[in-house]
Amino acid sequence: MSTKLKNIKLTRRAFSYPYVIFLMLFVVIPLVLILVNAFMDGDKTLTLDNFRIFFTEKSSLIVLGNSILVGIVTTIICLLLGYPLAYILSKYNSGRILVLLYVLPMWVNFLIRTLATKSIFVAMGIELGMGTVLFGMVYNYLPFMILPLHTTISSIDKSLIEAAQDLGADRTQVLTKTVMPLSLSGIISGITMVFIPTISTFAISQLLSNGTIFLFGDSIQMKFEQGLYGVGSIMSLVMLIFVLISNFLMNRFNRGTTGRTLW
Amino acid sequence: MVKKIFEKFYLFIILAILYAPIVLIIVYSFSNSSNFSFENGFSFDAYVSIFNSAKSGTLARAIGNTFFIAIVSTIFSVILGTCAAIGIFSLGRKTRRVIENVNQFPIINSEIVMAVSFMVFFVTFAFPEGYLRLIIAHIAFCTPYVVLSVIPKLEKMDNNIYEAALDLGANPAKALFKVILPVITPGIIAGGVLAFTLSLDDFIITQINKGASTGINTLSTYIYSDARVQGLEPFWYAIFSIIFVVVLAIVLSANIIKIKKQKERKKNEI
Repeated sequence: MSTKLKNIKLTRRAFSYPYVIFLMLFVVIPLVLILVNAFMDGDKTLTLDNFRIFFTEKSSLIVLGNSILVGIVTTIICLLLGYPLAYILSKYNSGRILVLLYVLPMWVNFLIRTLATKSIFVAMGIELGMGTVLFGMVYNYLPFMILPLHTTISSIDKSLIEAAQDLGADRTQVLTKTVMPLSLSGIISGITMVFIPTISTFAISQLLSNGTIFLFGDSIQMKFEQGLYGVGSIMSLVMLIFVLISNFLMNRFNRGTTGRTLW
Repeated sequence: MVKKIFEKFYLFIILAILYAPIVLIIVYSFSNSSNFSFENGFSFDAYVSIFNSAKSGTLARAIGNTFFIAIVSTIFSVILGTCAAIGIFSLGRKTRRVIENVNQFPIINSEIVMAVSFMVFFVTFAFPEGYLRLIIAHIAFCTPYVVLSVIPKLEKMDNNIYEAALDLGANPAKALFKVILPVITPGIIAGGVLAFTLSLDDFIITQINKGASTGINTLSTYIYSDARVQGLEPFWYAIFSIIFVVVLAIVLSANIIKIKKQKERKKNEI
């Protein structure tokens, strides 16, 4: 009996093997290749030159600076617009259907929405530049801010708010001392869900600035297109570090509320 | 009172901004011009030109490619992901954790990094350019979502049912098909729908891995290559309008049905 049970376990376990091999081949090895390429020059010899090139080249540092700037401004605007929205929506009974209306455009391909906004800017005679890029980013990523904020704010126990009111807190105090601290995990999720895609987007900034503003995502693509695998890989690693840090932060603040997370 | 009105006004303004580009594109898709004016009058010409312009052939091929890649990679993702979920579920805790973490990687990673890592991989190991690269890449970023939607169903399943089936004489294979599979079917369908949508919607990974010489385009890469250079022709207004209406209608109705069902379930529980 015991051997039979063991056999069953073994066979069921075997179902995961094809996917494990697939993950190794097509997810792990490609990322390892990026890491390897970061330390190799064109002749496949080990070098640290790529780091030197990336961190001394003015243009790549400008791109990095620009990306972080656009990322921060976009995130702040999304938070300032999204928080009041999520807060107001959480007061409605039909909040879930209303929220749906705000996140619905997200389901249409971002390229189509970006080109639509671009053509409207052009028709209105608005000059394409930093302003239009920021608008495009906020337009694209606002739903990613609203969604986690609404989820956390509407799950706050209403009796806590009532307790604050009973204890003499006015409206602003209820908001700043009760609702905001309790929705911190939503704020953190929203920030990372907006910031990371913003700095790594490909095409949005290019299209909405007529190719004058390049962000990190565009720049990574360009380096690889030009065959500069080394520098491109360094930039991908920088991006990966951003992703891992933000994921770590998100997990720290969300511990216990969501099930499965990375580390 | 004033506050209430102000709140409603705020909700409305944001909604208006979010939908303005969509509404404007739909309205002016009937103008057959690219400059948001009705100087050419009201017409369906833009819609007609989808079928009889010089670009109709390329467009049809791009749409065909989009669905071909999405269907093939969804089928593989669903099979691979479902098997993986069943397997992972019966693994030891430590191994399971490791695999689940790796599975999480394509989900949290930024798309551009995924895209270039695939490209470096395909170039290094000299994979033939074309559909093979695209389909492998699509399977790689879709399957994790299938795994994630099937595992919760397995976790909710009562393991005793499986044991009972074995005690009643079913062999493991039969128990798998007659007991486990029906329980996890909703998860498989949800994962499949998600995989299909993600594949249809993908632009970055396809754009970077399609290879310049193959001439393969999906709808999004074709839009990018065409509209980046010359801006939007009237014909794109018509296509965008169709996409807006179809996508919004499908997502809206699917979600409303879901919310209603959940409400009914809640009522029944009470």
